[in-house]
Amino acid sequence: MSAVQAAALLLVALGAWATVMAREPVRQAVVVSLYGLALGILFFAFQAPDVALSNIVIGAVAMPTMILLAIAKTRD
Amino acid sequence: METAPARRPGELSFEARRRLFLVGAVGLAALLLSGLSGLPDYRDVTPLYGQVINGVAVEERSTTAVVTAVNFDYRGFDTLGEEFILFAAALVLVLLLRRLGEERRGRLDRLPRHRHTTSAAVRLTCVALVGPTVLLAIYITMHGHLTPGGGFQGGVIAATALLLVYLGSDYATMRRLRPMALVETAKAAGAGSFVLIGVAGLIVAGSFLENFLPLGTPGELVSAGTIPLLSLAVGIEVAGAFVLLLSEFLDQLLVIRRKRGGGA
Amino acid sequence: MSFLPYAVAVWICLVGLYGVVTSRHLVHTIICLSVVQSSTYVLLLAVGYRKDSVAPVFIDIPRDTPAVDPVVQALTLTDVVVGGAVTALLLAIAVQIEKHLDTLDPDELDPLRD
Repeated sequence: MSAVQAAALLLVALGAWATVMAREPVRQAVVVSLYGLALGILFFAFQAPDVALSNIVIGAVAMPTMILLAIAKTRD
Repeated sequence: METAPARRPGELSFEARRRLFLVGAVGLAALLLSGLSGLPDYRDVTPLYGQVINGVAVEERSTTAVVTAVNFDYRGFDTLGEEFILFAAALVLVLLLRRLGEERRGRLDRLPRHRHTTSAAVRLTCVALVGPTVLLAIYITMHGHLTPGGGFQGGVIAATALLLVYLGSDYATMRRLRPMALVETAKAAGAGSFVLIGVAGLIVAGSFLENFLPLGTPGELVSAGTIPLLSLAVGIEVAGAFVLLLSEFLDQLLVIRRKRGGGA
Repeated sequence: MSFLPYAVAVWICLVGLYGVVTSRHLVHTIICLSVVQSSTYVLLLAVGYRKDSVAPVFIDIPRDTPAVDPVVQALTLTDVVVGGAVTALLLAIAVQIEKHLDTLDPDELDPLRD
């Protein structure tokens, strides 16, 4: 279990860095979605299925969608 | 894009600002790490309060999912406030994204209805997924007191079902499936019924949000008193709020246009 | 290993702040802010975790099985939902800024400009 948690933690640390370093907003919307998914995996490893579920739904689906829509609006 | 804008007097350059932050970040990191180093191994201890609730929740509230019991009963008052943060955020967003004086509404029938940019397979998959998604949303909301899930997760899943309709067909179809008055009423009714259930507890059982319904057997669908009702209220409110958020952004993108010849 | 979750939480917070400070696009700033917020999720759940414990769901296991802390999980859950709503609100503000000032570069936003 500890190994899974360590791997998930490193994945999340990498994901946070990748999200910040993606300077192009459309690309960043995709990266932040993957970051939300990585956080979801970490929360499962921490025995928190409720939080994992809400983070996958909001962080990996709803938020990236709103980001993409906002970017599309500011570009037209 | 990379041309730096003209600096005002006394303003730091981008590079200087970055360096200044790095100095501060080292200090902040040292502070946080030294503070956290006093904590025990994260695998060894958990806060006592949680252990007490784990021990009594199934007995006291007939709820097998303790996180839901904390959210809608032990910490129900917090959830009420939190629900109204969501309510206020959606309300302010609608105010911010209203049609401004220099904007006009584009004609909906002018939208490219039948010029699809996605493949038929993608559209078919999206439409086929709408039903199962709605079902999953209802399941997650109604089983919140038994298994992981509850109103918050179920509500957002329900909102993504509408997004699937948009991806699988077009905006005009999505608008017809989503009468705005109904969405707004559902959102307000969800938030309001949370308060009403709380007040009913005050009248019947003596304190706000106190359970006043029979608790039933733990593990059965109809059990846990007011918890499933509160979960449903939150589910409706969250679904309404997120449908509203997504719709407002889509409206901005597809319907609201600058007036022809208008400035800026 | 025993300190790893705390270190990761600090790392996420600082990396997110670095993104906010060096951002050249307001949408990027908003996403970095949500990254900063996600550090609190990691910290809270790490505090609540305990070795050899299950998730606090007692539907088909004995009620005295050791389980992780449900209170921090409930806190994090509401944190995630409110975070999503706040991000949406900030994005709406960014859309309005672009409409009025035709730019999303924070450096070009002059507070003295009308």
